[in-house]
Amino acid sequence: MDTKKIAKPILMDGCDSCPSIEPGPGYQTTAEVPPMLGAVQMLVDFCRANSIWPMTFGLACCALEMMAAGMARVDISRFGSEVFRPSPRQCDLMIFAGTVNKKMAPVVMRLYEQMPSPKWVIAMGNCAISGGPFCIEENYNVIEGVDRLVPVDIYIPGCPPRPEAVIEGVLKLQELITGKRNPLPQLGGALAPKREKPTGIS
Amino acid sequence: MQIESPNILLIVVAAVVMVLYVFTNSAVLVWVERKVSAHIQRRPGPFEVGPFGLLQTAIDGLKLMAKQLIIPGKADKRLFMLAPVLSFVPPIAALLTVPFGKVVQVQNLDIGILFILSLAALNVLAILIAGWASANKYSLFGAVRSVAQNIAYEIPLLLSLLTAVLWMGTLNLGELVDAQGGFWFVFTPFGFVAFLIYFVTGMAETNRAPFDLPEAESELTAGFHTEYSGMGFGLFFLGEYTNMILVSAIATSLFLGGYNLPFVTLNGEGVLWELIRVLIFLAKAYFLIFVMIWMRWTFPRVRFDQLLNLCWKVLIPFSLVNLAAAAIWIKAVGG
Repeated sequence: MDTKKIAKPILMDGCDSCPSIEPGPGYQTTAEVPPMLGAVQMLVDFCRANSIWPMTFGLACCALEMMAAGMARVDISRFGSEVFRPSPRQCDLMIFAGTVNKKMAPVVMRLYEQMPSPKWVIAMGNCAISGGPFCIEENYNVIEGVDRLVPVDIYIPGCPPRPEAVIEGVLKLQELITGKRNPLPQLGGALAPKREKPTGIS
Repeated sequence: MQIESPNILLIVVAAVVMVLYVFTNSAVLVWVERKVSAHIQRRPGPFEVGPFGLLQTAIDGLKLMAKQLIIPGKADKRLFMLAPVLSFVPPIAALLTVPFGKVVQVQNLDIGILFILSLAALNVLAILIAGWASANKYSLFGAVRSVAQNIAYEIPLLLSLLTAVLWMGTLNLGELVDAQGGFWFVFTPFGFVAFLIYFVTGMAETNRAPFDLPEAESELTAGFHTEYSGMGFGLFFLGEYTNMILVSAIATSLFLGGYNLPFVTLNGEGVLWELIRVLIFLAKAYFLIFVMIWMRWTFPRVRFDQLLNLCWKVLIPFSLVNLAAAAIWIKAVGG
């Protein structure tokens, strides 16, 4: 096999129909708006940060950990992010959970373009960040990092990352949006439901 | 029958109050739904945003308003904008005739139940318009399914309501409640069967799981509202929760004796009694809504042929037999 010829992962060919990707008109920081609108912008930012609806789609094994993030033990719904919308028109966040190969690239890019602004992207797992274990010379079909396709806001490393890491990624995204981590903590967790301690887990 | 000129001011004020009520109600119900679903799945549910997550839906609403509105290029723009409005205005108008109490009822129409049903039927039209105008195959499939489902389920729904109307001999919602008094219609065998059929068909009418085929996300992305972003989608959601209120309010007034306690008729005068009546009515309606949420999160979605089989082979024959039996009983025994 002529490895030299196929060693470089080629990004855009085969998806001529996709327009070039530029960061969308979505997110505006507080500094860019007139000062009178600053308070409004802060309120809107606060709302956006606390209601991040991800898109329902998984690409590979990381998707299972993403699903686990919505389940009983760590529950992403505490932060209002359990609303996995199936339609990209109703989503705020795209979680790349898994390996993106060349054949999938036009599809995920189209999904990204179909989302209304403001929108954010999380690259979850090593494959989505950099190609991970597929980042080798013989690689012929895996996109080495989804940031070559769409602008990525948060990277969650791991192979695959634990569900807690997904929630940490969402919290980091809240920090990115509002400049503060977890903008409205509930009285320091004083009203949090009482839960039994898990047994048999170190 | 005398014709009264409607009090326009009263209706306008009541409509504004009703819109406020519907918005608040939807916000609270979405929160309740998320909490109940979470507890059914042994999760805490939203609790970081506001005490017990109470602010969560308000924040979701604000976010949806601040979100970009996308109208697809090939969509029919006017119909696309019309559909969400059409899906949530008719239920609000229908709520104006619901007897929450003896006095707390905006307009007591002689054809109250007919008026409500004709407005509720507009919901199908809204879904069909949404699916058609989006120029999206998933939307269209969702809309077609919704129409098939609603036409099928309208028949047993009407038949079961007809049983109640036949029993009490009136279409006026206030009189329907008064005719039952403490002896609710659901206590009679015909009423019980009719109530069960009505509740199942009501779930199908509101397009909620296990009958949420128009928006089955595993097959149709998001069904008829696939192309709706931001508040367009939000309005569909509002419409769904308002329809839930409407379905349970009809069930409460026709089958569960409205604002009366079981075997106790509340005929007291004054504000306090009226308040008690309204609270009793709302308690019953919200209990039915809770049951709807409960069913949604514990039953899987039915397949489409199962859905139509249930309707045409089970619900329609049963409701027809029930109606005929009730009619014979009324003729023979005298109701």
